[in-house]
Amino acid sequence: MINTLVGSFSQEEFMFSGHNACPGCGPAIAVRHIIKATASRAVIVIPASCWSIISGVVPLRTLETVVMHCPFPSAAATGGGIKKGLEAVGDTHTQVIILAGDGGTFDIGLQGLSGAAERNEDIIFVCYDNEAYMNTGMQKSSASPYGSYSTTTPAPKVKINPKKDIMKIINAHQVPYAATATIAFPGDLISKVKRALGIKGFRFLHILTPCPQGWGSPIDKTVELSRLAVLTRLFPLWEVEGGVHYKLNFLPEEYLPVYEYLKPQKRFSSLDQSQVGLVQENVERQWEEICRNTGVASPFRP
Amino acid sequence: MERKLMNGNQAAALAVKLSRVQVVCAYPITPQTSLVENIADMWARGTFPGEYVSVESEYSAMSYLIGASYAGARTFTATSCQGLAYMHELLHWAAGARLPIVLVNVNRAMGAPWSLEPDQLDSLSQRDTGWVQFYCANVQEIMDTVLFSFRLVEQTRIPCMVVYDGFVLSHTYEVVELPNQEQVDAFLPSPPSQGAFHPSRPQTIQAVTDSRYLSRVLQERHLSMIKVPGVVKEIDLEFQEIFGRSYPLAEAAGLEEAETVIVTAGSLAQTVKSTLYSLNGGKEKLGLLRLRLFRPLPGDEIASLLSRPGLKRIVVIDRNVSAGTGGIFAQELRALLQGTFYRGEIYELNLAGGVDLTPELLNKGLQALAGKSGSRGKIIWGVDL
Repeated sequence: MINTLVGSFSQEEFMFSGHNACPGCGPAIAVRHIIKATASRAVIVIPASCWSIISGVVPLRTLETVVMHCPFPSAAATGGGIKKGLEAVGDTHTQVIILAGDGGTFDIGLQGLSGAAERNEDIIFVCYDNEAYMNTGMQKSSASPYGSYSTTTPAPKVKINPKKDIMKIINAHQVPYAATATIAFPGDLISKVKRALGIKGFRFLHILTPCPQGWGSPIDKTVELSRLAVLTRLFPLWEVEGGVHYKLNFLPEEYLPVYEYLKPQKRFSSLDQSQVGLVQENVERQWEEICRNTGVASPFRP
Repeated sequence: MERKLMNGNQAAALAVKLSRVQVVCAYPITPQTSLVENIADMWARGTFPGEYVSVESEYSAMSYLIGASYAGARTFTATSCQGLAYMHELLHWAAGARLPIVLVNVNRAMGAPWSLEPDQLDSLSQRDTGWVQFYCANVQEIMDTVLFSFRLVEQTRIPCMVVYDGFVLSHTYEVVELPNQEQVDAFLPSPPSQGAFHPSRPQTIQAVTDSRYLSRVLQERHLSMIKVPGVVKEIDLEFQEIFGRSYPLAEAAGLEEAETVIVTAGSLAQTVKSTLYSLNGGKEKLGLLRLRLFRPLPGDEIASLLSRPGLKRIVVIDRNVSAGTGGIFAQELRALLQGTFYRGEIYELNLAGGVDLTPELLNKGLQALAGKSGSRGKIIWGVDL
């Protein structure tokens, strides 16, 4: 198994300091790495999301690249249109990358996303997933996990439905490339962006990006939480080509209990022991499926 | 010049081909469907060299064109009723981003209940989105207005909606004079390849703004929109020179002698025009004013056309209703004539729901309205007659 913690990092920065992200913002770190990987040779499309603000309020801007804002549900179609329009005017090499939050991916953007995936639009759709509408102050999305608090699922009515499995939905379209990544494994993240850049057609990256403001976690634990999500196998790192060729990118040496991931986050504070047990069971079910798909023998259970 | 029998949707599709559109993106909806099928057919046979993209919704169709137009391509889509409503927020976005997109809307009633009738509320509900709106009266005008619109949007960077009645025009065959490619190329220069951005020049477009900046943007859009009637007149001179046909901002017939002027839009005007001198036994002196450019409404032009000493009453025929207020064209005319020479009544014959206007119905309506003196705002409903 490749040690994906190690990666080569460009010293060149394409994201300026002094931007509008909150302290400890996961999406800010994710995009910094993505932009490094593209080396600014891409058009970035941003629907309503945290990055609508992080990217700068007129006359300021955060990214040293072209950024086009678009309405909330429209990112996938707008991105596809930009690519088609560029081709129509003779530019066949510029890449189009969408940076959508979980709302613009799992919820309001899902129809357009499915349409673009089915048409195999030549774009990279990145979902930076902070598991709720964080830009507007933490309202529930269909990416919010079981048992999590939000302002629209306040205690004791915390979310009781599981998180939507977006990778399965995308994979059902048999797209050329889809992968998961987190900011705790930047080498893996950057190599996946570069991988995606080398493939033609619809490419999808699902990046888990903790939000200290919304998750109720310390601002210096963002990367650590991302790592715990992988080490507990709640968010395994894997990729799939053409909907069939799966690969597991990281096999933890030791399986940490999911409680280690849930514990530092205030949004899960209402979960009792039996509910944590349900989360753990769900992790095991999901892990078995991923091991089966990727052909990895799962050597032990915790 | 070659002549051909064709319907409104075929005429619009041919105009799209002749305009060398680069990206067409659409979702099918009755009664627009045969328009996009015509384009798809030309695309499949290789006679339409642009791209045709069939998407999963009208929402994505307009989003796609916003993207393609950002990139600098010449773009087109077509829709109707629910489809146009589904595009609503994107219509605002396209106008705000000053994108030169041309859209055909084939009028059809908004549900509920379901209907296929040519009510105009679909396009009139998009009145304030910042798009130019033309209402066409015949198939030749549909073809010409689509060609015309590409020139207009690329010159003004204000998107344009070409509107015509479902079935009455979309599916009715008329003889059309076909422009040839050389004529269209002379009228319509190559698409502007410079889009809203250049890939190698970092910039952020349509980012969050404060109220003062936004107010300037909106003011600028308003001032640009006000200039549109003048621009349309200028472009029409060239259009006339090349194609031998000319279109006014608002069409007038028999206004010089008229005591009653009928104001309407779209194919309804054809019925009025054809019966203008025979209605009511020819006793009443009737005139017609057809609203063609509706957004922006050419107020000075309309007021000057109506400024006749003999004018006694105005009857507006609307095939739409803003519930609780009345026909939308009638409201617009009242606002426009406020504080002008005209102190008479503005009566309404309302055909909401797509009621067909026959000469008999028109005659009955005019007679019924004759007994309504002093009842400003009173509506006679076609369905009651």
